[in-house]
Amino acid sequence: MDSFQETIFKLKRFWAQRGCVVQEPYDVEVGAGTMCPETFLRVLGPEPYNVAYVQPSRRPADGRYGENPNRLYKHQQLQVILKPAPSDVMDLYLASLEAIGIDLDKHDLKFEEDNWESPTLGAWGIGWQVMLDGLEITQFTYFQQCGGVDLDLVPAELTYGLERLVSFLQDRTSVYDIEWVKDTTYRQVRFLDEQQFSVYNFELADVAMLWKLLDLHEAEAQRLIDGYAKAERKERYPLLAAYDQVLKCSHNFNLLDARGAISVTERVGVIGRVRKLAVGVAQAWIDQQGLLRGEVAA
Amino acid sequence: MSEAKPFLLEIGVEEIPHWMLEPALENLSASLSALWGQNGLQHAPPQADATPRRLVVRTASIQTRQEDRTELVMGPPRAAGEGAAAGFARKQGVDPASLMVENTPKGEYFAVRKSIEGRETSAILAEALPAIIGRIPWPKTMYWTGKDGMRFIRPIRWIVALLGGQIVEFQAGGVRAGALSRGHRRLGADEIAFDYENYEARLEKNGVILSFEKRRKRILDGIRKLLRGTGLSLVDDDALLKDLCYLTEFPTPILGEFDPKYLELPSEVLTTVMRHHQRYFSLRDSNGGMAPNFIAVMNLKADRKGFVKKGNERVLVARFNDARFFWEVDLQRSLTERLPDLEHVTFQAQLGSYLEKTKRVQQRAANIAAVLGLDPLFARRAAELSKADLTTSMVKEFTDLQGVMGGLYARAQGEPGEVWRAIYEHYRPLSMDDAIPSTPYGQVLSLADKFDTLASCFSVGLAPTSSKDPFALRRAAQGTVKVCVEGGLRIPIRAMEPEVLDFFLDRVRYYFRDIRGYAYDEVNAVLAADPPDLVEADLRLAAVKRVRKTENFEPLAASFKRIRNILKQANWTRGDVNPALLEADEERALHAAAASIAEEVRRDRAENDYLRALNHIASLRPAVDRFFDKVLVNAPDERVRNNRLALLGRLMNEFSSIADFSEIVTTS
Repeated sequence: MDSFQETIFKLKRFWAQRGCVVQEPYDVEVGAGTMCPETFLRVLGPEPYNVAYVQPSRRPADGRYGENPNRLYKHQQLQVILKPAPSDVMDLYLASLEAIGIDLDKHDLKFEEDNWESPTLGAWGIGWQVMLDGLEITQFTYFQQCGGVDLDLVPAELTYGLERLVSFLQDRTSVYDIEWVKDTTYRQVRFLDEQQFSVYNFELADVAMLWKLLDLHEAEAQRLIDGYAKAERKERYPLLAAYDQVLKCSHNFNLLDARGAISVTERVGVIGRVRKLAVGVAQAWIDQQGLLRGEVAA
Repeated sequence: MSEAKPFLLEIGVEEIPHWMLEPALENLSASLSALWGQNGLQHAPPQADATPRRLVVRTASIQTRQEDRTELVMGPPRAAGEGAAAGFARKQGVDPASLMVENTPKGEYFAVRKSIEGRETSAILAEALPAIIGRIPWPKTMYWTGKDGMRFIRPIRWIVALLGGQIVEFQAGGVRAGALSRGHRRLGADEIAFDYENYEARLEKNGVILSFEKRRKRILDGIRKLLRGTGLSLVDDDALLKDLCYLTEFPTPILGEFDPKYLELPSEVLTTVMRHHQRYFSLRDSNGGMAPNFIAVMNLKADRKGFVKKGNERVLVARFNDARFFWEVDLQRSLTERLPDLEHVTFQAQLGSYLEKTKRVQQRAANIAAVLGLDPLFARRAAELSKADLTTSMVKEFTDLQGVMGGLYARAQGEPGEVWRAIYEHYRPLSMDDAIPSTPYGQVLSLADKFDTLASCFSVGLAPTSSKDPFALRRAAQGTVKVCVEGGLRIPIRAMEPEVLDFFLDRVRYYFRDIRGYAYDEVNAVLAADPPDLVEADLRLAAVKRVRKTENFEPLAASFKRIRNILKQANWTRGDVNPALLEADEERALHAAAASIAEEVRRDRAENDYLRALNHIASLRPAVDRFFDKVLVNAPDERVRNNRLALLGRLMNEFSSIADFSEIVTTS
């Protein structure tokens, strides 16, 4: 039986051998691996890119104080982007499962319709949830749009839910019983993290401050986006920094949501604010990439 | 006839969503039949099959070439002379000597008989197939070869197109048609050569059961075998069975079990988890109770080591544990205690919280109960607790169970049957295919809740637009219509808030037309006569539909339309008939007929016999016809003219009160 980290090593190695850049996690809070610049910005434009990385993903509302065996405030995703998707992408994906020790002749695999959509990123795609013996282990998506822009090359995004996958492989009923490495469990590594952030996210986070932070990050992102149009040396303009600000907005929104501070209608409004920023960065990014390739700006 | 050979088209696609397969296949098959028909290609009946990974249409024989045919091309009249004839011959590329002269009713014309060579079927197919495939309508499409590439439901990965063993050459979605099929992802080969006769057998060897019926049979037979001697029986679920047939290429059922301690959970919860989240069948034990077992269907031949069974059991137990945790936690606080929490659950920003909504629904439910002669106290209590389950963990996790859980928690806290059953079913009908609530208080609460949503959303300007309906107001309105009609609830239409009325009537029209199948003009006719409630509208519609087929009805309807136009042109509003001013026999006869038939109709309506009433009205036709034949409404004498208008006005008013016949669209 492979440990949690051994399974991660194997997946990374599998994709490295197939030409992926293996990246380290992004160091700003995100709700999913898709939000990292390695996905969100790289899928834009005509340049092929293949990348794989583990991304700890924070979803404040999903926290359960470390008490629910399958629910986590922060879970680890292994994110793979193949841009453009090769025509044998499904076979590659199946081979990756075999590489971590799943004998597909002895297990039931189904691809069930599940079209991914992120209103905050103005992004959506078409795809499936992959079910292994009734357990959802991967989200498989062909991206169509990101930041409100139709993509030039259609990437395949594979998002493995690592805790689920490894509980399956190690036959554990609770993620906390997963063996992270020999003699160390997931609980030992992560329990306090789950407990304390649940307390903070649900009980102690200062709502007024979160709103203020959201406003500040929004203003900064917008300032940077507006600045791009007027910038003289566009090639070196810090759009990546602008995008970090968008991610901060998104995370503060998630915290406010977990605190129950956002009503159904406000929700739509705040999502719209974040989307506007994401779309603004995406459009500027496409323009900047064109300049960097030496194309004349439209 | 030319030679005939078998034709087979297989479009290989990454897993297509199961619910889209049937319509897509029907479209593909119909398009091919149409193509063959347009090109005069004789063929044996086509057969169409689909699995998640392939759409297949084939025919055992189709002409390989169109018949040669001749066509007569008409030229100039013979009278135009030799010069014109020569020009025509040149244009047609024939020797002027080969022109013929055709005799037509218009005179003699030059003509030429041209022979047209039939095209090869493979050429016709190669030309048409890319567009036929590209035009299959899907609910949502994607591109994958590039921004301007083909759009389809999922990427096309292979195409087989064979006419008598020869490849029909074309491309779609970047894939070139070939001769090799593919097997099941795990059970078959990636390249399968076959000929038409052994196609299905070769696929089956490679783990693909092509026929939906055979997959269905394999599942049912498998289940029967699994259950033999266990005392267990299947809870039939045809919709689930169909889904599973279209989710698999080689389905095999397995029997799983779970700890009986979970049976303490409400069966609604267990079923929701099994059916909607895991696609499992439920089972009954020999006493008819729910058994601690389930049937899952794999896309695999066998589960020799029991891995699949074990995996599915584990997933199910994790889900049940979640559910049990929710159930126990939720029961620690009664619905009544939860009511204040509703203040923090937003219904809609401008409309406030669910607590406020609850108060409005309580008032409305009590009013409706009073109108229907039910006890307003039960209605009020059911309404009070109806939304409290939105604060429970179970409903937050399994949103499908809203209402149902409220009912179950209300029962657990000792509410009377009238109350908890009403809460349990008040979201119904969920669609036009769903049943309405079965209990009177369930119907009352369903109406009160939906009417409130409609009225309050409209009051703050949230009416749906043609493309956007974020609060599902159409569904809510249709739901109320269905409950009123099918529940036989006589709620006055005019009690509806005026700003909602038009929208509501629009949904009434939709229901009677699209769900109940009445013609649109029948619905217009009945609604134009302002029925007091929808039960009444339904009765009248049934009568109109039946009487419509009788010989007098449509002509009479045409006359009513004429009457309406005459009255409109004359700006006639009111006035009584003065019998002394009736001049012609025909107008006196009509006046008399109207009086006696009005008497009959009054009696019929007192007995609610609309069919008889309408038949009586239809019997006016001869009198009306004779009147219009012989009498000039627009008489020179103003008093006579006004009297005639009054006579027609009386007809219109008196006999349009069941249905306004002038709305009926007549063929004559």
